[in-house]
Amino acid sequence: MTSVFGIPVAVILGQLMLGLVNGSFYAMLSLGLAVIFGLMGVVNFAHGAFYTLGAFAALLALQLFGINYWVALIVAPLAVGALGMAVERLLLRRVYGLDPLYGLLLTFGLALICEGSLNQVFGATGQSYPVPPALAGGFNLGFMFLPLYRAWVIAVSVVVCFSTWYVIERTRLGATLRAARENTPLLQSFGVNVPLLMAATFGGGVALAALAGVLASPIVLVNSYMGSSLVIVVFAVVVIGGMGSILGSIVGGLALGVIEGFTKVLYPEASNVVVFLIMALVLILRPAGLFGRD
Amino acid sequence: MKLRMLTLATTAALAAAAGGTARAADEVVIGDIDDMSGVYADVMGAAGVEVVKWAVADFGGSVLGRKITVLSADHQNKPDIGAAKFREWADQNGLNMLLGGSNTGVNIAMAKVAAVKHVPTFHIGPGGASLSNEDCTAYTVHYTYDTVALANGTATAIVNAGGKTWFYLTADYAFGTQLQAAASKVVEAHGGKNLGAVRVPLGAADFSSFLLQAQASGAQVLGLSNAGTDFSNSLKAANEFGITKTMKPAALLAFITDIHSLGLPAAQGLYLTTAWYWDLNPETRAFGKRFYARFNREPTMDQAGAYSATLTYLKAVKAAGSTDPDKVMAQLKKAKIDDMFTSGGSIRADGAMIHDMYVMQVKTPQESKYPWDYYKVVKKMAGAEAFGPITGLCPLAPAPK
Amino acid sequence: MRLTAVAYGLLALFALGVPLLGIYPVFMMQLLCLAMFACAYNLLLGFGRMLSFGHAAFFGAAAYATGWLVTAHAWGPGAAIVAGVVVAGLLGLAVGALAIRRQGIYFAMITLALAQLVYFVCLEAPFTGGENGLQGVPRGKLLGFLPLKSDVVLYYVVLAAFVAVFLFIRRVVHSPFGQVLKAIRDNEPRAISLGYEINRYKLLAFVLSATLAGFAGSLKALVFGFVTLSDVQQSTSGEVILMTLLGGTGTFFGPVVGAAVVATLQQYLSDLVGGWVIAIIGVVFVACVLSFRRGIVGELAAARWLRRAPPPR
Repeated sequence: MTSVFGIPVAVILGQLMLGLVNGSFYAMLSLGLAVIFGLMGVVNFAHGAFYTLGAFAALLALQLFGINYWVALIVAPLAVGALGMAVERLLLRRVYGLDPLYGLLLTFGLALICEGSLNQVFGATGQSYPVPPALAGGFNLGFMFLPLYRAWVIAVSVVVCFSTWYVIERTRLGATLRAARENTPLLQSFGVNVPLLMAATFGGGVALAALAGVLASPIVLVNSYMGSSLVIVVFAVVVIGGMGSILGSIVGGLALGVIEGFTKVLYPEASNVVVFLIMALVLILRPAGLFGRD
Repeated sequence: MKLRMLTLATTAALAAAAGGTARAADEVVIGDIDDMSGVYADVMGAAGVEVVKWAVADFGGSVLGRKITVLSADHQNKPDIGAAKFREWADQNGLNMLLGGSNTGVNIAMAKVAAVKHVPTFHIGPGGASLSNEDCTAYTVHYTYDTVALANGTATAIVNAGGKTWFYLTADYAFGTQLQAAASKVVEAHGGKNLGAVRVPLGAADFSSFLLQAQASGAQVLGLSNAGTDFSNSLKAANEFGITKTMKPAALLAFITDIHSLGLPAAQGLYLTTAWYWDLNPETRAFGKRFYARFNREPTMDQAGAYSATLTYLKAVKAAGSTDPDKVMAQLKKAKIDDMFTSGGSIRADGAMIHDMYVMQVKTPQESKYPWDYYKVVKKMAGAEAFGPITGLCPLAPAPK
Repeated sequence: MRLTAVAYGLLALFALGVPLLGIYPVFMMQLLCLAMFACAYNLLLGFGRMLSFGHAAFFGAAAYATGWLVTAHAWGPGAAIVAGVVVAGLLGLAVGALAIRRQGIYFAMITLALAQLVYFVCLEAPFTGGENGLQGVPRGKLLGFLPLKSDVVLYYVVLAAFVAVFLFIRRVVHSPFGQVLKAIRDNEPRAISLGYEINRYKLLAFVLSATLAGFAGSLKALVFGFVTLSDVQQSTSGEVILMTLLGGTGTFFGPVVGAAVVATLQQYLSDLVGGWVIAIIGVVFVACVLSFRRGIVGELAAARWLRRAPPPR
């Protein structure tokens, strides 16, 4: 078998593929975080909690109302997004104009509330969400067996990430959003409802997290902790990509997935920390992040 | 002025302390310190407190003419909280016996307190075998299971059934490596071969890469030396990637709650070892039914263990005619334990409770006839075989020559 | 002002009398360790406006270093504490040097990520005992003669250490260094234009804070006789923020009050609310941020016109 650096090519291809799947989750989560930060200046520590809520929304929809995966894929992010808008209107709004650290602390508290309550209500062990029948099975790529569902995750992530990037960077709506961050009074004097825009932005960002949660629910056990460790990794991805940079978060997320994948083969013990090492390296070489603009 | 205040305060404190002792003298106090809010809350948790209260009620609510009180606390997986609560109860509430729930780290910290405060301590939830070895005390009872017994049971049964070559997916910390080491030893002793292991960081987001490495080893058995969510997620991924078609999965530590959350389609065929299962005999079924009526799920081995441990302690107090810790421990170590949890169980000099263990295989969805009908018994393993000989690491129990 | 002096006097009297009052010395020692930790943290957050989300790393690393040296290498408690403090200081230097390259929330995220790195090292390194932790750390004899085995003796040692750290922090804040630090906190560009090399000031503040946090961690290792993963966990970093915020950031006494409240909550809240502790701590967090930003001591001070502090921004 051909090999590079002593690793068979088949293994390399396999890990590349798996890295892309994991990177898809990182990309979608860091994208939502970057949107919220880039357009609102808020670091959303509760992002992992919203991801968890997305998965729970899908699970409960199935158990209580028999709503299937495909509907949940739309409904769960919408429901969580609406909750996010309520959070923005009722709580987050009150810390605008203060030191941004208060936004971080507020969302940290929200994450604890969410995690603690889910754990009490639904138990600590977690529950399984079935893979939708249409996406069961998989195909043999020659170098590995790829479950159909994982391929679907990559596809959804690419579409969602690209659309989000397009809306924010290339459309009039995106321009308005960016303007709201730069100069709120000016935009308001043009008759734009900035508070509503802010609520919608936060809602949209957390809806992305919820979508990632729904996508993850058939792969991992749905429990109250599923998002808490992920959020720290995603923070690091956002720092690497450049805070608030949409493109940076997408590229950073995918790249991290792949790098992590190779670490799992070469030095598995370090696969959970490699992201933090890369972050340290990036900070030394390019403090603003790879795609940062400041 | 200052002196007067100080004297007053001191008198008040002394009076309070004296009051506490007076109250304790006419009560027998049982404490339960466990994770009630974190990752292990389902294994024992609040339901564990409830079953302890059942045991007290079933015993008649009093012993030696003294009322039995149950205290409970949440250690939040923080050893300092667990140890501090234990000290406080021992000093101020006249604690007579403690039940330690999940988390080996917290339990070792509590064992250190038990040695100082002389309170018989039943470790129900922790798996760490060190509790009855280097961390043992004169007041230790390691009741439900330990990692050695679990690994022994599962590995022996699988190797004897023809699963000769093993590859391990090991959680990369002390607990995971201990499980792997225990299983590896058994595999080799029974003529099997260990082909390798991949050390997986705790809480990994995705296990598929590690599983592909396991598959590439060509081993027949996939030894899962991890627990909780990590265990469930690795088994889920093993199914998804078709690994379970070529390798037999073996759980070195799994609770019935894990199997329930995974569901039979994902867990079927899995080998595991347990100290207790609700569907073994009429008595276990009765306990299961009672538990189900209250909590809408079947009890874990830890919950059954907590019930049994409470009864065992109260019976020993009655037989010894005293709550004196040394007399009770002496009585405990010579009594046989016969109840719905085990038959013929005994507490060894090192504190390990030696009882039968059950090697189980998870049923297929077709085999499962009713809710929570999850396991079939592969082998009932005698306690001596499962827990192995005394190692000599516990100073109270020299190794047999 | 006189009122404050009286309050301090009463408090000192209380602290000295704790063993006589029948109050649990171990609980008081835990409280003092946490209070020291929070005071160290406050030096960074309150006077330097740097929100570190990873201070448990310094607290825990020092605790592990001390615990390991005492247990595995039979060091005396004094030397082991010094070593733990040095470890925390060096770690603080490394983390701080990276983190101060960015400000505000970036800073918070970087410290969080690097602390996670430290957590994984502690989880997987062979000498930390993994999830079991380092257990049975002996207290030994301080300076070779003072037996720390007695709770009362150790209590006074911890109390002395706490008072020393408390006074040291006061001294630092009132020193020219502290004044520059506050100037940077209030207006960074102005401090730069005045010619201060602000990064050196920030780094020094960070290292000081990490070192003192490590001191608290080392003491805690001896007090309890064990070091476990919960000492380096992210939730511990969250707790120290909560203590400081709840007590009052930028006040000298606030972190002490905050530590007392949080430690008591952790110890006794679960008796009342069962498993809802985590959610309730979250609610306290949110309430603090929304309507209680000055913290207990800060609000009291503002209400009693002892000191008219402008509401924090």
